[in-house]
Parts: sequence; structure tokens; C-alpha cells
Amino acid sequence: MLETLTNILNTTVLYSTPLILAGLGGLFSERSGVVNIALEGLMTIGAFTAAVVTIVTGNAWMGLLAAVVSGMILALPHAIASITFKADQVVSGVALNFLALGLSVYLVKRFYDGAAQTPVVPDKLEEVAIPGLSQIPVIGPSLFHAFPTTYIAVILVLVSSFILYRTPFGMRLRAVGEHPQAAETAGVSVILMRYMAVIISGALAAIGGAALSISIGSEFNQSTVAGQGFIALAALIFGKWRPYGVLGAAVFFGFAVALSLTGQLYGLTQYLPSEVLNMLPYVLTILALAGFVGRAEAPAAIGKPYEKGSR
Amino acid sequence: MQQILSRVNKTSTFATSLISIVLGMLVGAIMMMAAGYDPVLAYRALFASALLQPYDLGESIRTITPLILTGLAVALAFRTGLFNIGVEGQFIVGQLAAVIVGLKLGLPPVLHAVVAVIAGGLAGALWAAVPGLLKATRGVHEVIISIMMNFIALNLSNVMIRKWLTEGSDSTPKIPDSASLRVDFLSQLFGGSRIHLGIFLALAMALFMFYLLWKTKLGYELRAVGHNPLASEYAGMSVKRNIILSMMISGLFAGFAGASELLGTAGYHSIQAAFTGVGFDGIAVALLGANTPLGVILSSVLFGVLTYGGGNMQFEAGVPFEVIRVVFAAIILFVAANISGPLVDLFFRRRRGRHLARNLD
Repeated sequence: MLETLTNILNTTVLYSTPLILAGLGGLFSERSGVVNIALEGLMTIGAFTAAVVTIVTGNAWMGLLAAVVSGMILALPHAIASITFKADQVVSGVALNFLALGLSVYLVKRFYDGAAQTPVVPDKLEEVAIPGLSQIPVIGPSLFHAFPTTYIAVILVLVSSFILYRTPFGMRLRAVGEHPQAAETAGVSVILMRYMAVIISGALAAIGGAALSISIGSEFNQSTVAGQGFIALAALIFGKWRPYGVLGAAVFFGFAVALSLTGQLYGLTQYLPSEVLNMLPYVLTILALAGFVGRAEAPAAIGKPYEKGSR
Repeated sequence: MQQILSRVNKTSTFATSLISIVLGMLVGAIMMMAAGYDPVLAYRALFASALLQPYDLGESIRTITPLILTGLAVALAFRTGLFNIGVEGQFIVGQLAAVIVGLKLGLPPVLHAVVAVIAGGLAGALWAAVPGLLKATRGVHEVIISIMMNFIALNLSNVMIRKWLTEGSDSTPKIPDSASLRVDFLSQLFGGSRIHLGIFLALAMALFMFYLLWKTKLGYELRAVGHNPLASEYAGMSVKRNIILSMMISGLFAGFAGASELLGTAGYHSIQAAFTGVGFDGIAVALLGANTPLGVILSSVLFGVLTYGGGNMQFEAGVPFEVIRVVFAAIILFVAANISGPLVDLFFRRRRGRHLARNLD
């Protein structure tokens, strides 16, 4: 029984980590007023870059660093199209998802003689046990003997919350997403803030992708990310566009996956098919949005290109 | 004055599409060169292998068929100001409904296929009604709901195949000939390719969309709501009703796409680990086609040829197929950013200014 519990907790932590990271990425972008449906693509490019650079350098931390850079670069076309050219933000995000998947699989085939996946990475961000805490029964082995990316994710939740609510930068960012005209009047550059927000978003989502290819998994192929960027988007909305909300929603979605996987292990899926458990996060998000599980209120200026001088 | 502006607008949409195609393919060429491939050889192989032989022509048309339908689905919703990113999910439930009718109902030929196609369309329409309804009644953005509905559709289809249509198997048996959209005459005409009657359904739907939007009162209302919901409401139209209807008609097209793919191309349904992408391609098709029926047909031809020929290009010139996905992405980005705007301005501003000045005199 205890073993089962540990197992479920462990899987929950494992599956929620990338969602927390990408969800935080979406948080920055959307709080500044730019819809980021491109989380999926940003995660994909992060996962790809992390795997390739880890293979080339033999060092997974280099892979992680490169992933961050790649995410920031790939976020640029989205920022340019949707902020400067005032393109529809959703459309531009869709294009970015196409671009990321196409580009990464194209390059994998080019680099590895037409293979559909990268070789297994030579170095991984292995699990780290926190002395003392990891000895606690049940929660010790799952929460305090985790991948570095999990610790990074939790720390980034704290940092994001601090930045968004306690620093001038964060307040400007949120102001730009709620009422850009007022922010501009107060001397904040809407365009600059939004560019920075989208680029931060690319960096965070790419770490989420890297978690999939060099810590939880150990290679990159075209189904490494497989829709988790969209689930992260759901976590962002389910979490009501707040850092701790994202954390909670991501953990909850991770828990749903853990139940489905553990259920398979113990034969529970005989009665409840795993697909039904897989649907749970999506059904809950719809219910949440429809206002049945608490109203989710989006930033006021979300999705609207900023026209200087307009009212 | 108004006329001239609208004419300028039209040229600019057309110019946007053309310029975006050229730029998009240029991006692809640059990527090929950067990776050490020969873009001229690759593009030549692509077009030659997609168009020159009757068999390949038939297969190209088969690839174009679902693109027209998913493109129309996205375009129709766009016209009412809605972004139906859920075409993928509506496509999947269309496939599912079609295969259920195909396998579970015993009907005479022709009738069987007709019922299966209609079932697919209705399933798509119902699936699209959910985001439409939530948008109309609770003001929830249709994009998020549609994305969620896509994943639910994928899982629903998989569990139905595994638990109900088969006993734990990964794919269903083949549908009987009575439900098939494939006809020998057509296949033989195109060298034994998998071309099927779906193409006529797709063209008919393009005609239907044109008639609906521009020749009926309902279509006028749909477009008016997309143009200015507040003014439409004030003029006495029901914005809510039109949102739901638009999503449902859009879903109908998407469901037809799924049904025709299943009954014409595959003939069976199987468990999918990921999305087919046909629904997402519809977004690119609709954008490039400027959300008009004719535009959708033309851009489907381009995307279909690129998709089918891209596979052969990989075979003949060694260039990975995925470069075509990058070309798609670049085209969408250029169209979305209305790249021709600045370019057209650069070339035509003077002339346009003169026109306007003359007209004002």
C-alpha cells in the first residue's frame, strides 16, 4: 500500500515537472497580453536542442543551457509577428508549432542519417537526493529524491511569483496585459515588455522540453512532447493565470497521469480504461472554463495587438 | 472611393498569398542549402513526382480532398470571427462515426456509404457545437475548448476501437464494400491510385459554402456577426445563435473530411498515438486561401501537392519530408503578418495615392 502511494507520488512529480515549467512560460507571455499557444513548439525545440547539445558536448547541463537559448530564439518569430506586425496571436502560435516540429525532426534526420530519433544521450540530469529529507517515508523518495528539473521548476514557481507580484518589472508586465494604454501613459513601453515576456516564455517552456529529453527521457523524437505543451496551456488556464495556480493544476494533471499509469500496473484499467483517465485533465479544464469549477478570468488585454495611441 | 479601396484590398490579399508562397518556399530552399541539399533538385523531384503520372496525380487529388474540407471548416468559422482549431478533433469523431456505421450497420450499397458520410458529418457538427455553445452562453474562448476537445476525441476514438469495435486490437477490420467511397472506374482512370468520391463531396461543399455565405440570409448574418458582433446584435441578429451555427457547419465540414478519409482512403480505423495533422493543415489552407471557397480549393491543391510530393522528394532527392512542414509554417507566418502589406505599399503606394486623388476630384 505504502509502496503504491510512493509510486503514485513519484509519477505525479515526474509528469507535472514539464507542465509546471511550460505553464510558467505561458504565464509570463499571457500576463503581458500575448496568447501563447506555441508552448508546444517551444517545448519541442527545447527538447530537441537539449538532446543534441548533450550528445555533442557530453554534458547535460550544457544541453539545458542550450535549450534555454533555443527557446528564446524560437520565441522571436512569434513576438515579431504578433507584437510588431500585429498578426493574430493564435495563428502565429500555430505557425510556430508547425515550425518547431518540422525544423527539429528535419534536423534530427539530417544529423543522424535519416533516423527518426536522436541516439540516447550520454549524460542525463540524474535524480538528486536531498540528504535527510529523502529519508522520510513515502514523500521522501518521491519529493526529495527527484530530478534537478523538478527542483528547478519549484524554485521557478517561487521566483516567478516574486517577480510578478513584488518587483516593478512584474507589475509593469501585468499592467501591460491588463491595460496597455494606461501602462504606456505611465511611461512603460508596451512593445518592449511584451517582447521580454514572450522571450522569457520561450526560455521557460524550453526548460520544460529539456526535462522531457535529458532527465525524464533520454532521447528526442517527434513524439517526445506529444501535446504536453497544450496540457501546460490548460494548466495555465486551470490555474487561473497565477504561479501557484499553475503549480497546483500541473500537479493535479500529473496526478491524473500517475493514476492512469499506476492503474495499468495494478489492473485497475480493467474497469476504467486508461484513455478515460487520460481525458480527465481536458474534461476538468472545460468544466473549469465553463464556470462550473470556479471562474477563470483571463488578463483583460489578452490577444489584442497594441496600437500605439489608440484608446 | 469605397470601390477602389475594396479593390486594393483584394489585390493585396491575393498578393499576400502569392508573396507568402514564394517567400515560404524560399525559406525551405535556404534550409535545404544550409543542410547541404540541392533545393532545385528537391523541388523539381517534388513537383514532377506529384503531377506527371496518372497514379501520382490520383494520389495528389486524394491528398487534396481532406485538405479542402478541413480548409473550408476553418475558413467558415473564421468568417464568423471564430477560430476553429478543433477541426482535428471533429475530423477524428467524423472518422469514428463513419467506421461505426460502416461496421455495425448492414445497409445496401450506396445507401450505406451515404449514411456513413452523414453520420461522420453530424458527429463533427456535434463535437464543434460544444465550443460554440460555451462561447455563446458562457463567453469562453473557443480555441481553448477546441484544443481540449481534440484530446478528448483522440482518447475517445482510441478507447472505442480498443474496447468496443475490437477486442483489444489496435485497428478495426475493414469496412464492407457497400460503405466504401472508392469506385473502380475512378481508380482505374488514375492508374490504380486511392482516389475516391470524397473529392466530389469536397467540391460540392465548397460550392455550398459559397452559396450559403453570399446568397442566403443566414450567410449574411454569419458574416455580419464576424464583422461586427455589436452592430449585428443591434440590427436584431442573434449573435449567440450564429456563433453556434457557424461552429456546427464548420464541424460538419470537418466531420465530412474524417468520414471521406476513412471510407475512401483508409477503409479502417486504428488507434492513434498522436494527431493526424490534417485538421491543423486546414488552418494553413484557410489562411492562404483568404477564407474564400475558391481560395481554399487553390491552396489545398498547393498544400496537397507539397505534402504528397514531399514524400517522394525524401525518396528521390534525400531531403527529409519535414522541410515541407517548415515551408507551411513560414507561409502561415507570412500570411498572418500580412507581409505583403509593407511590400505592396512600397510598390503601389504612389499609384494608389494618385488613384485616390483622381477619384476625390
